Amino acid sequence: MDQIFVPRSEGEVAEAVRWALAGRHALAISGAGTKFGWGRPVNAVASLKLAQFSDIELYEPEELVLSARAGTSMSEIERRLAQHGQQLAFEPPDFGPLFGTPAGGGTLGGAVACNLAGPRRIHAGAARDHVLGFAGVNGLGESFKAGGRVVKNVTGFDLSKLVSGSFGTLAVMTHITLKVLPAPEESRTILLLGCAAAAAIGAMAAALGSPHEISGAAFLPAALATKSRIVSIAGAGVSVTALRIEGAGPSVAVRAETLRTLLGVRGAIGELTDVESRVLWREIRDVAPFLNDRARAIWQLSVPPANGAQVAGDVARQVDGECYFDWGGGRIWLSTVSETIETAAVIRAAVAAVGGHATLMRAGDAARRSVAAFQPLSGAEKHLVARLKDNFDPHRIFNPGRMYEGV
Amino acid sequence: MRMPEPDAQTIARKDEIVRSLIALFRADEGAAVIHDAAQLRAFECDGLSAYRARPLCVVLPETTEQVSRILRYCDEQKIKVVARGSGTSLSGGALPLADSVVLGLSKFNRILDVDYANRCVVAQSGVTNLSISDAVASEGFYYAPDPSSQVACSIGGNVAENSGGVHCLKYGLTTNNVLGVEMVLIDGEVVRLGGRHLDAGGYDLLGLVTGSEGLLGIVTEVTVRILRRPETAEAALIGFPTAESAGACVAAIIGAGIIPAGMEMMDRPAIHATEAFVHAGYPLDAEALLIVELDGPAVEVAHLRDRVAAIARSVGANSVQTSTNEAERLRFWAGRKAAFPAVGRLAPDYFCMDGTIPRAKLPIVLTRMAEMSQRFGLGVANVFHAGDGNLHPLIMYDINKPGDLEKAEEFGAEILRLCVEVGGVLTGEHGVGVEKRDLMGEMFSETDLNQQQRVKCAFDPDSLLNPGKVFPTLHRCVEQGRAHVHAGELPFAHLPRL
Repeated sequence: MDQIFVPRSEGEVAEAVRWALAGRHALAISGAGTKFGWGRPVNAVASLKLAQFSDIELYEPEELVLSARAGTSMSEIERRLAQHGQQLAFEPPDFGPLFGTPAGGGTLGGAVACNLAGPRRIHAGAARDHVLGFAGVNGLGESFKAGGRVVKNVTGFDLSKLVSGSFGTLAVMTHITLKVLPAPEESRTILLLGCAAAAAIGAMAAALGSPHEISGAAFLPAALATKSRIVSIAGAGVSVTALRIEGAGPSVAVRAETLRTLLGVRGAIGELTDVESRVLWREIRDVAPFLNDRARAIWQLSVPPANGAQVAGDVARQVDGECYFDWGGGRIWLSTVSETIETAAVIRAAVAAVGGHATLMRAGDAARRSVAAFQPLSGAEKHLVARLKDNFDPHRIFNPGRMYEGV
Repeated sequence: MRMPEPDAQTIARKDEIVRSLIALFRADEGAAVIHDAAQLRAFECDGLSAYRARPLCVVLPETTEQVSRILRYCDEQKIKVVARGSGTSLSGGALPLADSVVLGLSKFNRILDVDYANRCVVAQSGVTNLSISDAVASEGFYYAPDPSSQVACSIGGNVAENSGGVHCLKYGLTTNNVLGVEMVLIDGEVVRLGGRHLDAGGYDLLGLVTGSEGLLGIVTEVTVRILRRPETAEAALIGFPTAESAGACVAAIIGAGIIPAGMEMMDRPAIHATEAFVHAGYPLDAEALLIVELDGPAVEVAHLRDRVAAIARSVGANSVQTSTNEAERLRFWAGRKAAFPAVGRLAPDYFCMDGTIPRAKLPIVLTRMAEMSQRFGLGVANVFHAGDGNLHPLIMYDINKPGDLEKAEEFGAEILRLCVEVGGVLTGEHGVGVEKRDLMGEMFSETDLNQQQRVKCAFDPDSLLNPGKVFPTLHRCVEQGRAHVHAGELPFAHLPRL
């Protein structure tokens, strides 16, 4: 890497981009770089790191809004929100440790660029659902903005959605405005013990189809349950299906009781305390069950929830690995021994059979170069993606190839 | 309101275009092309009836494949296309152009699948919003976004406008509740975005298309998330001596960590207009009225009801009534839901504005709006989605009175400029359409607008889909995206580097 830009102002971001543009240099764009292993390797002569461009510029708890510079650390934002009993409802995972960096290092820009979402996705949405507006610099070195600071806004195209999950390939975000929400007073988790995967999917569907506002629905097979720090889960000796209920105290108590009755007919029931509940969902969120095995490739699959067990079964018959479910079966975290193109083909065929997408989250450099990290595109969608890239970053300066070859 | 100059040559080719469109339908399909002047009248405007134009013709396909054929033909012939769902847009989103073909989706009226295991419904885009909820009501489910036109507006139109409703404070807008769409591009290509899974992966084209006002493609099928209906719902009717105290109540409720299912405010003129119309029992001595709806398990609703009432009293509420049964809850809402027709009784015509503001700015915005009302000599009544800051001033005028329409337009524009000035936006849920098009420059710079227009170019390079909407000036796509840089410039020496 010849150059590393660490801008401290919006003007310096734009200047770095114009420098790259002038020489047609590819720029590796990141916040703190904690998730740079996600996606294809970027061949860049220079990097642009936003982590020093940080500050919470506006926080109005009663307006449920927060604006910060893109390099602001997520832990700082979460700390500020917690002081006012608020949170980012999309429950952003901390993927630092997954990619071998310490916990707590990620930035707001990184969280949005990767469109992070935790277990609460099923109830509250992903990062894309909470970005109200942003400012940034496009690949022509022009500063522009989109969206606003209010929740209800349909003024112009929703470019906030487009940059969420674009992995720094369309624009360098400099400022981001988020919707924030009150944190729940209490969190309780009901456990259903010893279900097979298909039965767990059925139990989660029943809970998610109930009026009890389930905010987390996950399934850990017996072998992965043992890796939990929660004693009652690690020692269960069987699979664990976990369902989370959050909200005001009296409401949580009643809903938890009703849920126990609803699930009781399906097997043995357990329950976690508020503290244990928070630990478990953090483990599920951050892919903790797979963290200790650095040699394995990690995949994230998003499929129709009712098909979760079928997809997992299809993969397991052909590939040596382990998996667990979040999002009621709609998100499958999969770790595999092999990271070959053939393995990827098996996984993608299983997903294609039901509709959805598979993302290679972590793998060795060779695999990251040979295996498509993001769900391969075809037809009209492929053309649209290339043309959008043309219209934001015509000279392919920003993170070229990180998502798709040539984009 | 100036629309793009109609192309005289295209208009002169009307008969040929109609014949060609009819020929696109196979013999067994039954062509549906409306071209008779009298029949076209029904399509001259949408919900923003102050603006009218007669299109060349209206074509009503019933399959995605037919839509594809029609768009491919229009693309080849460079004929403009205006998509139309139920025609309920309040911003002129479906306003035809004299040289355009209107592509109506009213025959896309079937619900294709109800999938309880994945908690979603797949519907053709012309299906009405309410009929999705009706289709799943027997199992206790519903579709959350509930724009007030929900009996008539189509789900495809909801996607085009990213429609909201009174419950979006808690349950989100269309964009937060759509899982997938099937869309036809201007060149006839059919693309499926998303599906029954969450977060489509890659660029969020689904999120981009939602709220794109018919400028990017024609949506033919929509997959939406359905939710289980809450066990109980209850409404509180709270009267305040001032708009300030009502505003303070809203802030205090949210500050206490409570997100009600809905939180609506009405000002004195709106209270009086609706009370005279539907007799909902609203307090006529109040300067502002809040309807706070709570939903969830009975115990949660009871718990929050007491907290909301205590907060209301602490900020000086005159009266707090809580619904004790479903009939009463619906009566509380009846006034709010009838606000538009009620105001319609006070004046021959009204404009419904749609700005959003940071909630704390409400008192200043109401005060300045009252001043404007005096100055323009036009009445205004306010209904307000208070929870999310979305303001609906209803400007009363008489279209038959010379100069009144222009005054009302200017009044509306001034309100929207004020919204932007206090940190808000031009439109919260009705869309830019033609109505707010020329105000886009109040909120966005030329560079901002150019970036948005380049997105349009990626989908529709010849600007054939709904031209004249959203953007104040039309650029040719080839002019966009030219970089003014010189290769070989020296690096910027003073930038900090490691």
